[in-house]
Amino acid sequence: MAVLKVTFTKTNRDKLAQVLWVLNWVSVVTGVTLFSLGLFLKVEIVKRRELMSKEIVSVPNMLIFVGLTACAINFLGGKICYDCVDTTKFLRWKLLMLPYIICTFFFTFCILVGALMCYSMRNDLEESLFLGLRDAMRYYKDTDMPGRCYIKRTMDMLQMQFQCCGNEGYRDWFHIQWISNRYLDMTDSGVAERLRSNVEGKYLIDGVPFSCCGLHSPRPCIQHQITNNSAHYNYEYQKEELNLNRRGCRQALLEHYTQIMQSIGLIVLIIWLFEVSVLTGVRYLQTAMENVLRLGDPDSESDGWLLENSIADTARYNFNIIKNLGKCYQVDDDPNIDVPSTSQQAQENVPVKQIPVAQ
Amino acid sequence: MVLLKMKFPFQKRVRLAQGLWLLSWVAMFSGAITFTMGAFLKTELHRRSEVMHSMDIHIVPNLLMAVGLASVGINIFAGKVCQDSLDPSRFPRWKTFLPPFFCFSVFLTSLLLVAMILSFALQPSLEESLKIGLKNGIRFYKDTDTPGRCFQKETIDRLQIEFQCCGNTDYRDWFEVQWISNRYLDFTSKEVKDRVRSNVDGRYLLDGVPFSCCNPASPRPCIQYSLRDNSVHYNYEYQTEELNLYSRGCRQALVSYYMGLMNTIGPCVLFDFLLQMAILVSLRYLQTAMEGVIGQEDVEIETDGYILEKGVKETLLETKEKVKKLLQFAQVGDASATTTDAQPEEEKPATA
Repeated sequence: MAVLKVTFTKTNRDKLAQVLWVLNWVSVVTGVTLFSLGLFLKVEIVKRRELMSKEIVSVPNMLIFVGLTACAINFLGGKICYDCVDTTKFLRWKLLMLPYIICTFFFTFCILVGALMCYSMRNDLEESLFLGLRDAMRYYKDTDMPGRCYIKRTMDMLQMQFQCCGNEGYRDWFHIQWISNRYLDMTDSGVAERLRSNVEGKYLIDGVPFSCCGLHSPRPCIQHQITNNSAHYNYEYQKEELNLNRRGCRQALLEHYTQIMQSIGLIVLIIWLFEVSVLTGVRYLQTAMENVLRLGDPDSESDGWLLENSIADTARYNFNIIKNLGKCYQVDDDPNIDVPSTSQQAQENVPVKQIPVAQ
Repeated sequence: MVLLKMKFPFQKRVRLAQGLWLLSWVAMFSGAITFTMGAFLKTELHRRSEVMHSMDIHIVPNLLMAVGLASVGINIFAGKVCQDSLDPSRFPRWKTFLPPFFCFSVFLTSLLLVAMILSFALQPSLEESLKIGLKNGIRFYKDTDTPGRCFQKETIDRLQIEFQCCGNTDYRDWFEVQWISNRYLDFTSKEVKDRVRSNVDGRYLLDGVPFSCCNPASPRPCIQYSLRDNSVHYNYEYQTEELNLYSRGCRQALVSYYMGLMNTIGPCVLFDFLLQMAILVSLRYLQTAMEGVIGQEDVEIETDGYILEKGVKETLLETKEKVKKLLQFAQVGDASATTTDAQPEEEKPATA
């Protein structure tokens, strides 16, 4: 009892082969799409490498690998389907087709895994961004240290581009020293007082860098003495909303990457569905062509199916094959060795053969 | 005396027609690309229209878009003519359309050259327009409560950040303008009163710039205020400080940007122009060669192709006479029949 049996006439088979040939070439294009999506994601992550504590390489690498393999597999599939129109050419591919279908079936799982990885990347990314941004803010002032001299620029450009400030919010800047000692007059009493009031001797102020300034504010930006209402005319920091960027950069970056990942994940899912349908078509074509060869007449009708027997039977059959693979070198099945049978029933069942005597 | 005569045997005619058909498809895409580039340039100019005073420069992208669209139509028509030229029975129906078609297409194609020349010629106009626009933008920076000007602050801030520039010519333009609104100035404070009094117009001028002039590449936190006062900031000399603020003026930044865009578009437009002219010349040769075949029994004879049947001067005189005739026929239709109109009609057969 075959699974999802469909009868194919000769013209149906030919049309199926041609359609599958075209679809396989379309799949090559989708494979290239997958590859370029992976490359795009990799570039986006590498661009902000300084702001992440560890780079997330698994997802883009997976997409790149899957994209390249999809191109190769579908290119081969296209060649096979092109030859399937002619039964003589099909014989070339007959032995290869079943392994090809099984490989492609497992490969579609890889595509699905790639799509799901896109959605699950978020937690790792959040952790990585939190630690990365915290370190970047700490090294903001170290523009004279090799290896850290571009962090100030990266952080400023990030805050301006994404209109965000700090890790969670602008208050994160109050807890770190972001003005280097090179630009602090240590003889000044104000500076000395601030340094003394702090356990670690850090110069902490209630001010933020200029890149936190909001573009939508109606008044010129207030970056220093933010919590001191008396320092500025007509200013109440509790009510002020537009002066600085309110969003934290971690949130902003996370949203940015999540949007990219969700779009990519959706496209990969659609490609997966497409690949599965092409694979189904190839399976039907393979079984139909094999049945035609079995029947002998190339112009006759033949049946195509997904599985020859029911799913349970096929599973049992394959399981037995795998079990017996292990018994390759066991003595029991060797016909040359005479093994005495212990069971009486087995003895009675052995038919006595009469050897015809030549006359 | 025929202009640039060439001989066309049958095979050459066929190959000319086929090659021209292919070329017309290429030129169609080229025309579409010209249209797209014109549209892109127009959107880029429109995006910064708030800091531009006049719209003179928009004629360049408008011309490119118009000619791009028209050339798509021209090339489709040329392709159809080529297809029909291989069949002598179908070719004659295009006969009346082709001469006006040629005049029209040559005129349109030359507009491409005009657009290219204008893109260089209008550069001073663009610069002037930006100068006035930016001056106004900087003047109205503080007017975030005045309707119609409330977005100037955001526009100028975004512009300075995106193009990495400060002020009109440079950052000193901000010293001459009051960019902090009176709403945020404490008029009871001595400092504010001093500054306002020291100025003839009673404006609050200071040696400071908005935050959008700050350069992220500077190694030290941005110094926006008291830029001319070395003693206010530790370890600071404004004469030698280079990275603190953006050193470029926004006018120069925008002009370089737009000139860069037009210089990139220029070669593509030139290519389109040359391609289109080549098609028109080849089509003219094909037309004249096919006209020799019409009416003949043997289709495969050799014919002559040329650009103009007579010399340039004679053709111009002829066209002038034809146009005069057309105008006078129109006049006859308007006025009642008079003898004065009959006389020029008698003279015409003599000169034609």
